[in-house]
Amino acid sequence: MADIRFQVHRFNPETDEKPYYQEYQFTPLEGSTVLDCLNYIKWHLDDTLAYRMSCRSAICGSCAMRVNGHAKLVCQTQVKNVVRPDGTVRIDPVGNMPVLKDLIADMHGFWTKMQAVKPYLMPTQPPPSANQEYLQLPEAFRLFEEEATCIMCGACVSDCTSLESDKQFLGPAALAKAYRFSADTRDGRRHERLEELIERGGMWDCVRCNECVQTCPKTVAPMEAILKLRQMALKERLTDSIGARHVTVFTDIVGRRGILDERELPVRSLGFNPVKLLGMAPVALQSVLKGKIRPLEPPHKVKGVEDVQRIHREMEDGS
Amino acid sequence: MPTHDVVIVGSGLAGMRAALEVCQGASVAIVSKVHPVRSHSGAAQGGIAAALGNMPPERTAKIQARIENGAVLPDEELNEDSILLHWFDICKGGDYLVDQDAAQMTAENAPTLIYQYERWGAAFSRLPNGKIAQRPFGGHQAPRACYAADRTGHALLHCLWEQVMKRSDQVTVYSEWIVLDLIIRDNICRGLVVWDLNTGRLETVHTKAVIFATGGYGRAFSITTNAFANTGDGIAIAYRNGVPLMDMEFVQFHPTGLYRLGILLSEGARGEGAYLINGEGERFMHRYAPTLLEKGPRDIVARAEMMEIMEGRGGGPKKDYIYLDLRHLPAELVRTRLPQISDLVTKFVGIDWSKELIPIQPAAHYSMGGIPTTLQGEVILDAQETLVKGLYAAGECSCVSVHGANRLGVNSLLEATVTGWAAGRAALAHSQQAELAPLPADATASAEAEVKGILENEGTESVADLRKTLQEAMTEKCGVFRDADHLKQCLETVKDLQHRFHNVHIRDKGQVFNTALQEAIELGHMLDFAETIVEGALARQESRGAHARLEYFDLKTAAGVRDDENWLKHTLAYRDGDGVRLDYKPVRIFKFKPIARKY
Ligand SMILES: Cc1cc2nc3c(=O)[nH]c(=O)nc-3n(C[C@H](O)[C@H](O)[C@H](O)COP(=O)(O)OP(=O)(O)OC[C@H]3O[C@@H](n4cnc5c(N)ncnc54)[C@H](O)[C@@H]3O)c2cc1C
Ligand code: FES
Repeated sequence: MADIRFQVHRFNPETDEKPYYQEYQFTPLEGSTVLDCLNYIKWHLDDTLAYRMSCRSAICGSCAMRVNGHAKLVCQTQVKNVVRPDGTVRIDPVGNMPVLKDLIADMHGFWTKMQAVKPYLMPTQPPPSANQEYLQLPEAFRLFEEEATCIMCGACVSDCTSLESDKQFLGPAALAKAYRFSADTRDGRRHERLEELIERGGMWDCVRCNECVQTCPKTVAPMEAILKLRQMALKERLTDSIGARHVTVFTDIVGRRGILDERELPVRSLGFNPVKLLGMAPVALQSVLKGKIRPLEPPHKVKGVEDVQRIHREMEDGS
Repeated sequence: MPTHDVVIVGSGLAGMRAALEVCQGASVAIVSKVHPVRSHSGAAQGGIAAALGNMPPERTAKIQARIENGAVLPDEELNEDSILLHWFDICKGGDYLVDQDAAQMTAENAPTLIYQYERWGAAFSRLPNGKIAQRPFGGHQAPRACYAADRTGHALLHCLWEQVMKRSDQVTVYSEWIVLDLIIRDNICRGLVVWDLNTGRLETVHTKAVIFATGGYGRAFSITTNAFANTGDGIAIAYRNGVPLMDMEFVQFHPTGLYRLGILLSEGARGEGAYLINGEGERFMHRYAPTLLEKGPRDIVARAEMMEIMEGRGGGPKKDYIYLDLRHLPAELVRTRLPQISDLVTKFVGIDWSKELIPIQPAAHYSMGGIPTTLQGEVILDAQETLVKGLYAAGECSCVSVHGANRLGVNSLLEATVTGWAAGRAALAHSQQAELAPLPADATASAEAEVKGILENEGTESVADLRKTLQEAMTEKCGVFRDADHLKQCLETVKDLQHRFHNVHIRDKGQVFNTALQEAIELGHMLDFAETIVEGALARQESRGAHARLEYFDLKTAAGVRDDENWLKHTLAYRDGDGVRLDYKPVRIFKFKPIARKY
C-alpha cells in the first residue's frame, strides 16, 4: 500500500476556538481498517487524538465517523477502499451532533430522541403461562428482525438530510426503533405509540432521501422502517396529521385527475387553517414562478387519466 | 457529591441486570466507562444456555448415551434436557474446579431469567412452534443455547438497556466515567473514586454498596476476541485494595479467532456443522475428541489446533494457522443463523466463505478467574469467606466459581445474568438495612496520585510499546500451552514492565476526553493482574481445563495430566508488597464426583 495522507478533524474545547484539520502521513499495513490507522496515529504519532472505539468488530457502535463525508463504522472500513485519487482520506466526527473533542460527538440528543419513542416492549397480555415465553412465530419475528439489529451508532442520524434542516425531527434511528416495537406481536401499545409518532417531528417528517439506508452499517434500513410505520398508521386510521392527509389527498387528487394539482394539495393537507396556509405562501410563490402551479388555469384532467386510475386501482388491490 | 444507595460499576449484562433488581427498592446508579450499549456483552454471538427443552425430542434423544458413569443422574431425567443435566455439564466442562452449588444456582435460575428477558422484549430467534429457538453448543449434551441469530449478546444487552431507559427516573447512568479506586476502610466499602472522562474531574461517589461488573481481562493478550475496553479494571482495583484474585491462571482460548486479528467467529459455526481443517486439508478433530469432533469444548479444540500447528501441519506460509470451513453449509443456513460471521469474514478479511477457507487461530477469549464471591455476589477476602461489607461482584470480573477451569460456551452470558441478578438482590437487601458509612478524609488520595503520576511524568516509555510487549509475552509464554521456563521468562517481562511503567510518558495533558491517560491507567491495571495469572500458572503443576502445562501433558494422547490429589483447589492471589502471595481454597464438590473429562 502507498503512503496515505489522513486529514483528521481536530478540536480541543480547552484550547481551540474552532476546529481544524491535521494531516498525518504514513503507509498503513496491508488489510488495515480506518480504525487501525487511527490507532496507529494515536499509538505512534500523536496520543492527543481522541475518538471512541471498543469492540473493533462492528457491534458496539462506538466508532461511527464520517469518512470522506459519509458516516461509517471505521472498524469495518478497509482503508484501501476509501483512499481518494489524491491519496487522502478525510475523517470527521458524525454529523448532526455537537462535537465534544476531535472525533467524539455528543450523543445526548440522540438518546433523548430515542427515549421519546418509548423504545421498549409494552405488553398488555400475559404470556401463555407463568413458566413460559410468549409464543412468536418465525414469520412474526421476521417482521422486525432486521430493525432489531440496530447498534445505535448514530451513522444514520449523522447523514440524515431531514435533520439537517429540522432539529425537531426524531430521526431515522429512533423511528426505526419505534417500528421495531410497533411490529412486535408481543407489544400491546402500538396504537398509542403511533398516535404520538404522527405528530410534528415524527414519521411524516422524513423526506425519503434514502441516505440512512445507504449509510446504515447493519441491515436496519431506517427509511424503509419509517415507511412501514406510515402504512401502519394509515391502517390504524391515524390520518389526522398533516403528513397522513398529504398522502391521502395526494393519492386522491392523482386518482381523480391523473396529475397532481399543487393548488389543492396544501389546502387539503393542512386543513382550512389561514395561519398555516399563509406560511405556505413563499412555497406557493416559488411554485408559481417555476411554473409548477398555474394559478389562472382551471383544474383539468390529463389525457389518459383512465390509465392512471387503472394503475391506481391495481395498486390498491395489490396492497 | 453523587450519593446513591447502590452503585454498580459496569453496564454489561451483569451490571444492568443488577440495576434492574436494585431499582425495585433503592436508589441506584450505573457508572460505566463506555456507554451501556457499547459494553462488551453486546459482542456475544452464539447464545445463552438454559435447559428449556424447546428443541424437538428427536434432537435431544441421542444425549442419554453419553452421560458419564460418575454422574448421579436419575433415569427419568435422561430423555430430555434438564437442569440436572445442565448442572452436570457445567461441572464436567469446568474440569471439576467448579463450585457445585454455584453451578446449581446457575442452571436452576437459567429458565426463569431467560423467560424474563423474553418478557422484556428480547428478540430471540424462534422455532416453528413459536418458542425460543435453541441449538447445540460445545460441551453441552443437549441443544440448550437460546439464540438471536449470531448476535445474542446484542439482543440481550439492548433489551436490558431498553428496560433501563424505561426506568430512567429510577436508574441514574454516569456514562464515560471511569472508576479508579474503591474506598474501603475497616473492611467496609464506602464508595468509589471516579474519573469523569468528559471533564477530567475526579468525583467521589458515596454509597452503601458497590457492585463491580467490570468484565474480563482478555486485553492482556495480543491475540484476543475481547474489546479494547476489556482491561480488567475492576479486578485490578479490587486487588490493589487487598482483595485476592481467584483462579486467574484459567484463561479460555477460543479456537476460532480470525488469524492475527482475534475477531471471533462464533462457535455457533461449528455448532451448525462447520469443519476444522489443517494445512494438509485434513479434518483433524477425530484425533482429539473422537465423539464430539468439531463440537468439542473450547480448550480441547484450541489445544488440538495448537498441536496441529506445533507438529507442522498448520496452514499458510508460516504454517501458523488452521482453517475453518463453511463451504459445505447451505447458504440459507449461514444467512439466517450465522449472518454476522459471513459479514465479518467478508469485511475484515475479504473472504468468500462459500468458496474459500477461513484462516483462524486460538485467541484469548474469556477470563474464568476474577474477584472471589459468595453465591450472593458478596466479595470474600480469604478461604474462610470473610466478607468485605458492601462490596459485590458479578459477571466476568467475578469468580463464584461457576466455570471452574474452563467455561462452556453460552454459559457466560448466563453467568453474567444470574450473578448480576443475585448480586443485585443482595446489594438491595444490604442497602435497606445499612447506613452510609462516613468517607475518610484521604478518600481520593491514591487515585489523585495515580493520575498525577502519569500526567506529570516526563519519562521516556510509551504506553503502546509497553502494552504490546506485555500482550505478546502473555500470548507466547502464558498462552494455550505453558511450561515453567516460559512462564518464568514471562514473569520477568511483567516485572520489568511494571518497573518501566513508572517512567511512562503521555503527551496529552488535557482534561476533556484524555484517552491517552485512560490507556495508561488501563495498562497499569493489566500489569498488576497479569502477574497473578503468571504466578498462578507457574505454581499450578498440573493440566486442568484451560490451563495446560506441557510438563503435565501427554502430547501423544493429547490428554492433560490432572492432579486431583494436590490441585483440586482454587488459587487465591494476594498482592504482597511488590509481588504476589498465593493461597488456596477448597472446591465445593457434593454432587458429581470428579471423573476423567473426555468427549
Ligand atoms: C466476541 C465474544 C463473544 C462471546 N460470545 C458469547 C456467547 O455467545 N455466549 C456467552 O454466554 N458468552 C459469550 N461471550 C462472553 C460474554 O460475552 C461475557 O463473558 C459477558 O458478556 C460479560 O458480561 P459482563 O456484564 O460481566 O461484562 P461486560 O459486558 O464486558 O461489561 C463490562 C462493563 O464494565 C465497564 N467497566 C469496565 N471497567 C470500568 C471502569 N474502570 N470504570 C467504569 N466502568 C468500567 C464497561 O464499561 C462495561 O460496561 C463472548 C465474549 C466475546 C469476547
Ligand atoms: S469499534 Fe465497535 S463498532 Fe466499531
